Amino acid sequence: MSKIANKGTWVEIERVLLKPEERSPNLPEDTRKCPYVLRVSGFLQEAAELGDQVKILSIIGHEHNGVLRVISPSYSHSFGAIVPELLTIGIQE
Amino acid sequence: MSAVTRDMSFAAVTARKNEIMKASLGIDFTDFIQSPIAFDYERMMGETGYSLDDIARIQFDSKVGNTPLFELKNLTEAVRAFAGPGKGATILVKDEAANASGSFKARRASISAFEAHKKGYKGMAAASSGNYGAAVASQAAMRGLKCIILQEVFDSRYVGQPEILEKSRACEAYGAEVQRLSVGPELFYQLLMTLENTGFFNASLYTPFGIKGVETLGLEIAEQVRTRYGKDPDAVVITHAGGGNLTGTARGLLAAGCDKSRIVACSVDLAGLHMASDTDFNRKSFTTGHTGFGVPFATWPDRVDVPRNAARSLRYMDEYQLVTQGEVFYVTELLTKLEGLERGPAGNTSLTAAVTLARQMDRDQIVVVQETEYTGAGKHHNRQLSFARENGIDVRVGDPRESVPGKSIVIPERLDQVRGMVQDMDKLRMSYLKNAIKAHPVEHWNDGDYAFVAADLKKDVAWVKAALE
Repeated sequence: MSKIANKGTWVEIERVLLKPEERSPNLPEDTRKCPYVLRVSGFLQEAAELGDQVKILSIIGHEHNGVLRVISPSYSHSFGAIVPELLTIGIQE
Repeated sequence: MSAVTRDMSFAAVTARKNEIMKASLGIDFTDFIQSPIAFDYERMMGETGYSLDDIARIQFDSKVGNTPLFELKNLTEAVRAFAGPGKGATILVKDEAANASGSFKARRASISAFEAHKKGYKGMAAASSGNYGAAVASQAAMRGLKCIILQEVFDSRYVGQPEILEKSRACEAYGAEVQRLSVGPELFYQLLMTLENTGFFNASLYTPFGIKGVETLGLEIAEQVRTRYGKDPDAVVITHAGGGNLTGTARGLLAAGCDKSRIVACSVDLAGLHMASDTDFNRKSFTTGHTGFGVPFATWPDRVDVPRNAARSLRYMDEYQLVTQGEVFYVTELLTKLEGLERGPAGNTSLTAAVTLARQMDRDQIVVVQETEYTGAGKHHNRQLSFARENGIDVRVGDPRESVPGKSIVIPERLDQVRGMVQDMDKLRMSYLKNAIKAHPVEHWNDGDYAFVAADLKKDVAWVKAALE
């Protein structure tokens, strides 16, 4: 897949909202080590390459800045691998 | 102040909470507040200016409400097959999946959207990783309002909870900007910043509008059960997380005069898992309706994005049932196979508790499961179980009591193994009292504080005083 996106392409960007040291003081140890991260989709404002700092306009026209992470993002959630334990529930007898 | 000079640090934004809320809701909470804990709850609820008739009309106009109430005959018979002589109440379910956007949350969102539109806001924002986000996006779409939904979606590996990935899709389908965030309570920090930067209406789950919208659900249950069975429901089971579902439904039942119906909360037991933990995040197979929200919100409602929470579950709760993840998945599959209804986890949590209750109740009694929600890719129980396996959770068939949240999910072999567990209500009330004392030392309490706390706990002042000793 191309790593370069034209102006106007639907993309997903990432922005660190809070570095670990800037986060809420009330966090468990594991979360405290991670930055607080936003991902949002929109139309790319200038042609760019994955990893570039870019500007997008979201679907409602709001500008967001961030690092270009995904070109043409799509949904891939599913029903998952079969769970055989469920198959026979309710059809015994 | 301009955006350029404003301090956007976590502490500074959080400190501006009250002024941001006032601007984004058009409600000045200082009007109702009487002390660090007490406030005039009924006056705040009345302040919406909407009667129950108004709410029903707004909802009718926005594809919400008047959902069918079904009798689950085959499931009821399956319970009667092992319940003792004369036992096995009739199980009814209110098919809230029929609302626009597929859940009861549309009832709450419809009133917020009407209010936002009436007051001239250009858009609305909400922090919700669940059905409420989709409901707000759907209602905003109908009213021509812009919409931003903030969701806690993924852990530090960028692995998203499948159910929340589906919610991101649903919100984007309705034309909302979806801000997908990593694990952490800073969701509310980002909401505050978003409200401040956009001037949008805060479609919070916890405003009087959000709760008033659910009251029609209780009212409809009362009317439908009376029309069909000539009596009031004996028990109504309500999946409990933030408390709005229970509070609104119970208030609606009371408004209809159903003051004898037992109000039963139900949550999935996720004891031991930390809600703000990056590693625990994807070890849960339920994203809401679980004890990680249900217990803290019951024992201290005022932990939300508005100064005082309109959802106050202990005011109305008679009993609190816990169920395991495996039990809910079993009952979800049974609902599909026995009743031909494929529905999502939220309503099936209370359905699982209804099985336990029906078994204990008499045959001529009625237990109502007051919601269903849609299901599909990501939300489906098959995906949740396969995802659990991918994350190292031991999924097996056996006695659900052996399950350990975050480590194992045990799917029952037979319906009679679905037994749930009752929580100690007085323990919850004592925990509330501890939180109240933390917020306002007891030596400073006046009569108003005692009366408020007693009402919040569905007890009298004498009980509160005895408990404090």
